[in-house]
Amino acid sequence: MREAATGRRPNGRRGREDLIRYLAHRLLVMIPTLVVISALVFVIIQLPEGDFLTSQIAELEAQGESVNRDRIEFLRREYGLDRPPVEQYLRWVGGMLVGDFGYSFEHRLPVNEVVGDRLFLTFLVSFATIVFTWLVSFPIGVYSATHQYSVGDHALTFLGFIGLATPNFLLALVLLYLANVHFGTSIGGLMDPEYLGRPMSWGKLVSVLEHLWIPVVVIGTSGTAGMIRRLRANLLDELRKQYVVTARAKGMPRLRLLLKYPLRMALNPFVADIGNLLPQVVSGAAVVSVVLSLPTTGPMLIDALRSQDMYLAGSFLMFLAVLTVAGMFLSDVALAFLDPRIRFEGGRR
Amino acid sequence: MSAAAPGGTGRSGGAEHFVSAEPFDPYSIETLSVEQERYYLASQWRMMWWRLKRHRLAVVSGLILAMLYLVVVFAEVIAPYGVHSRNVEYVYAPPQTVHWVRDGAFVGPFVHDYDVTLDLEHLARVYTEDESRPMPLRFFCRGEPYRLWGVIPASFHLVCPAKGGVMFLLGTDRLGRDVLSRVVHGARISLTIGLIGITISFLIGLTLGGLAGYYGGWIDGLVQRLIEIIRSFPELPLWMALSAALPVTWSPIGVFLGITVILGFLDWTGLARAVRSKLLALREEDFCTAAVLMGAHPRRVIARHLLPNFMSHLIASATLSIPSMILGETALSFLGLGLRPPITSWGVLLNEAQDINAVALYPWLMFPVVPVIIVVLAFNFFGDGLRDAADPYRTD
Repeated sequence: MREAATGRRPNGRRGREDLIRYLAHRLLVMIPTLVVISALVFVIIQLPEGDFLTSQIAELEAQGESVNRDRIEFLRREYGLDRPPVEQYLRWVGGMLVGDFGYSFEHRLPVNEVVGDRLFLTFLVSFATIVFTWLVSFPIGVYSATHQYSVGDHALTFLGFIGLATPNFLLALVLLYLANVHFGTSIGGLMDPEYLGRPMSWGKLVSVLEHLWIPVVVIGTSGTAGMIRRLRANLLDELRKQYVVTARAKGMPRLRLLLKYPLRMALNPFVADIGNLLPQVVSGAAVVSVVLSLPTTGPMLIDALRSQDMYLAGSFLMFLAVLTVAGMFLSDVALAFLDPRIRFEGGRR
Repeated sequence: MSAAAPGGTGRSGGAEHFVSAEPFDPYSIETLSVEQERYYLASQWRMMWWRLKRHRLAVVSGLILAMLYLVVVFAEVIAPYGVHSRNVEYVYAPPQTVHWVRDGAFVGPFVHDYDVTLDLEHLARVYTEDESRPMPLRFFCRGEPYRLWGVIPASFHLVCPAKGGVMFLLGTDRLGRDVLSRVVHGARISLTIGLIGITISFLIGLTLGGLAGYYGGWIDGLVQRLIEIIRSFPELPLWMALSAALPVTWSPIGVFLGITVILGFLDWTGLARAVRSKLLALREEDFCTAAVLMGAHPRRVIARHLLPNFMSHLIASATLSIPSMILGETALSFLGLGLRPPITSWGVLLNEAQDINAVALYPWLMFPVVPVIIVVLAFNFFGDGLRDAADPYRTD
């Protein structure tokens, strides 16, 4: 292992091959992961007794309405609900591969049409949250580590802990109320009502940005605290090392020293952390978007889960899982570029 | 084996080699002070306790947690009202302030009665404090009857409202139920859900992590893949999906147990990873090899030599993962997918504060978030302290 590593290191071409092999390995691992996840999701959405049609029949009969049996039977056959579960699963997965996510019983539309741009908005909110988390936690983490045990360090750490401990949804409610009272932001949604359904324009963009900051801040708080703590701990470990002492003794300016070596070393876990951050962000977004009634996947997922609208719920769960897995892959790629040690191990983690 | 003779006449000069036949006690040369003796001979757990005591924040957090669990045990005694007692006269009453001084004289804690007027324009009750009617609080008193732990009939309370008066220190909700009493009763569910959940996840994590770490090979690979898959799935949507799958016909207690199991079943991955890596590392240690060479049975190696080594670490990391369960239950109940009334947890209480009106008009309904924050912080700090104390032989 060591011989191989020293043999390769000076050779740029071999290094690139390593990188490619590593990425290929990571991509291949994703496939079985996604297959297992899709099976899990299918089992979960099948768990409740009966299906959407039976629960709807029960509901209609309870209201004393007549049930169009023929239509129900037609639907059941059309969407394969009378087939064995394995066949249903294969049809579902096969459909997803060609972009057909099944049929939403509740909305009586194909899932694709129901979902609309919700997936994109979910992605937008998650992405903005991660950028926010980085922007906030990086300077704070560096400050806390370089000013360990100062008043500022304690205050910021405490603030981070409060952010960690406050349930997201409540923070969302309070911020929403305050934004409404102080800035006149309309309640709920990702834009002012007047822009709904309108084509993209400058005003709409501004309106979206005005509404976006609340969910971003709210979802970001819990992740930020963890990031600050980890960056602080990593940087502190680096700062205690002897090369830092040596460089200081030789008269290297403090700021230059910090930027040149320890910060770079402490940066790797920061990039790797996106993998841990993403599931958290996606989870947080689901709850917060319910409270703020954002047009993202969260509220619709809950409705779909409640009404056993299985393909809709399944597609959302699948989308969230794919988003997370893809994000983890991207963070691994970034890490492999940053830190050669990772790709030399050739995916053996 | 031979001890250096005191005085060391050994090699100097031509004197012959001398070994004293006296039994040698090394402590006769390096006498340990009482302090040192206490330190060197202390057991691992005692040293952990010393180290934990040095972590002041952890000690305070531990005390707070102990007090909260006392509240869990004696919720009925501490809450002035029952969890479902309604006071129809006082709907959405704001919190009362506790006063101590009346007309310039100290009279002990008392609250003012409410003056209720109906605001016909907004169709709301307007409460003002009626300064003319003070209602002194009573302590260690007889008040609303209850059944302690659902069995023993009693009426003893720590604090009660004045006879014929009311006391709503945190206001009331839409049915006129005392928020303070409901928070106290809610602690019972919210705090036990973390403990039961962590027990489940602890057992799963210990078993699967232990198997992976001890046997290695394909079992290890399988468990590792399983952990990766579960971890790459966003927690909350998965919780939501699973709790939505709980049959609606289940009793509230059944739902409570179901939710706890769900929370526990998805939380074990971190623990299993810790167990596995610890087991892999410790298996290579000298003391473990020595035990194996001396013919110890694998069971003895695991139970006697390996497990005690990382048990403390496990307890610490388990403590650190309780908060996420409490927050998870709170979020699920808040969304209406978790516990349902009449089960009362902090999440169920917060469910009432769900719409923006609550924030604007009845902010005291959001109070249950305060104990949530306190508990989460306390578990975090306590777990941090435990983790630092878990390895008392490390110096830093």
